[in-house]
Amino acid sequence: MTTSTVTAPPSAAAGKPAAPDPARARRRRRLAQWGFVAPAVVFMLLFFGYPLVRNVVMSFQHYTPKTFFTGEAPFNGVDNWSSVFRDALFGKALWHTLVFTAGSLLGQFCIGLALAVFFNRRFPLGGVLRSLILLPWLVPMVVSGIVWRRILDQDTGVLNAFLDTLGLGGGTPWLTSPGMALLSVILVNIWIGIPFNMVILYGGLQEIPKELYEAASLDGASAWRAFRSVTLPMLKPVITVVLVLGFMSTVKILDLILALTDGGPADATQTLGTLTYQNSFVELDFGAGAVVGNVLILISAVFAVFYLRANRTEGK
Amino acid sequence: MTAHPTVAARHPRGRARRTVSSLATAAVLVASAALTGCAEQRDDDVYTVLNSSTDETYHRWDAEAMARCGKQLGVTVEQQSVPASQVMTKALRMASSKSLPDVVQFDASEMPVFAEAGGLVDLRTLGLSTDHVPDGIVDFGSYRGTYYGAARSVNTLALFYNKDVLAEAGVRTPATWDELREAARELTHGKRYGLALSAGGAEDGVFQFTPFMWSNGGDERELDSPEVVEALDFWKALLKDGSLSRSTVNWTQADVNDQFMAGNAAMMINGPWQVETLNSDPSLNWGIAEIPVPEAGADSVAPLGGAVLTVPRTGDDERQRTAGRIVACLTSEKEQLTYALNSWMVPADERAAARWRARVPELDALADQVAAARSRTAQLGAGWPAVSLALQSAFQSALTGQSSEAALKRAQQRATSGN
Repeated sequence: MTTSTVTAPPSAAAGKPAAPDPARARRRRRLAQWGFVAPAVVFMLLFFGYPLVRNVVMSFQHYTPKTFFTGEAPFNGVDNWSSVFRDALFGKALWHTLVFTAGSLLGQFCIGLALAVFFNRRFPLGGVLRSLILLPWLVPMVVSGIVWRRILDQDTGVLNAFLDTLGLGGGTPWLTSPGMALLSVILVNIWIGIPFNMVILYGGLQEIPKELYEAASLDGASAWRAFRSVTLPMLKPVITVVLVLGFMSTVKILDLILALTDGGPADATQTLGTLTYQNSFVELDFGAGAVVGNVLILISAVFAVFYLRANRTEGK
Repeated sequence: MTAHPTVAARHPRGRARRTVSSLATAAVLVASAALTGCAEQRDDDVYTVLNSSTDETYHRWDAEAMARCGKQLGVTVEQQSVPASQVMTKALRMASSKSLPDVVQFDASEMPVFAEAGGLVDLRTLGLSTDHVPDGIVDFGSYRGTYYGAARSVNTLALFYNKDVLAEAGVRTPATWDELREAARELTHGKRYGLALSAGGAEDGVFQFTPFMWSNGGDERELDSPEVVEALDFWKALLKDGSLSRSTVNWTQADVNDQFMAGNAAMMINGPWQVETLNSDPSLNWGIAEIPVPEAGADSVAPLGGAVLTVPRTGDDERQRTAGRIVACLTSEKEQLTYALNSWMVPADERAAARWRARVPELDALADQVAAARSRTAQLGAGWPAVSLALQSAFQSALTGQSSEAALKRAQQRATSGN
């Protein structure tokens, strides 16, 4: 900086016209603006654009361990796609993913909202309890997976022992029956997701002006009516955020299922996430893994569009 | 800039240029950092071994062995340990960035994949001899007849039993399936199951199923053959008797060991890598026997497990030769014995194995089992992972209600269709 100041000959400045060409100045300003945007664009292209495109290309390639040595991955058209779609396991995994996502979101949201409404009023120890409910959020996914696997063990698990003492029948095969395992995994994921939902919805509730409730009660609205006609509409933008973000994180679930059931028993908890993992890192068929990954990206992208739409209409 | 507002304002283009040039500098910095990350600088005297010795004890044993060998060869040998499930993917990534380590320790069931990709050097060309290695273990480290992997030790599965519990119930160690079924039924009492094994949805479960499949004459190339169906039916029968916990489909081999140690199982199928943990409880009085066979007199065929040391193709002949010498040293009779005595596994070298037997006679059954054991990938090579996945799904379906026949038929279809 100092050198340029020194080297800049004053005569050059004096020689220029006093008022610079406005079109030129604008162009320069634009250039400078782009200079500030450029790092972000480069970053996005490098770390989001490249892997995304790479993954799409890979799904049309015969990509095997050999490729890592030779760098050659011949294109094989839609072979990967057709073999993945023909595999019965893909249909199963897709269905499980949908059930898992819908079930988790419904449970997380309803319980999260109920707790948020509950904690929205002031009462002794409310703050302490609220922070206690945050605990599942602090525990890493894999850790909760391992702990829950022990809790849900059919013979030695705490949950069955507890149910047994209540006389509710102890031997529930939480994770060991194909009919039950998906439900158990959903329940654990609901437990994990409640804090997130609660915190965001609680924040939304705090934003609603108290006068609205006063006005509603003056109009003779019952608590339920106030909830339906004041709380829910005022909370709508927050609800959209919670549901869409929840969807994105739930649909690609992997770590929790690997820790709980490894996709079993008998593929009862295989989701698109575990299938990608299995294709790419167990069978080392990276092309097939990329296909399933792309399907996941596509599903997420559809919801991302919904999310952006919703946000835009809010802004208007 | 604020110090000289007038000058800056007079040179807007200069400002833009500076922004651009600083961006360019940043880009160059990032790019060069990325490049140096890829093209790893090899130090002439430092050799790296990629392994899965992430446990403190194994990491220490390996570090000591590598220090001894390094000293002998006048080089420094360093180990880089990653979890077992990541060795393959890590090695592949290193191959694509041309930064492969000098020695990679693969699980023997994974080695064929890397060998098929053309990533390994024939150890015989590096001067490694197989004179005192039994044929079965040479095959174990070979792919399509080429010897790529030298084993330091091998392991297999055996029947572990709680001596006190068996003595109290007056039950003899079972040797046949009928005896095993009978013993397991008698030993099942209250919260204690007669037998524990792993039928989890991972390689653990498949590893545990193979001795039943193979001892009965079944084969991984024909999963729906009557022999395999019969083996699976035997597992189902144990479950139906109540001798096996229903949680068995969710257990890894480590879980099985926990159950055995907690007294929740009188017998278990497991491997010698658990011995260190078992011995941490002095009140536990355990013994081992060969895995029971379908009929008296039949061979008990168990799976060979363990890792092999390989030399990946780094393109540097001189380094590859030295890497071969490191492998030779690590698999020498003396180092094998040390490693086997530490880890409770059976030395691969005949002479070391004989000395090992004399030192730990209580593990005789294991040494016998190893002598007749079979490699999982001998038949299928790089095709093993697909069959393994199909088989996992099949025995889990069968143990949770489906008929063995239908489950295995589906598995065979899945394995051959390549999905």
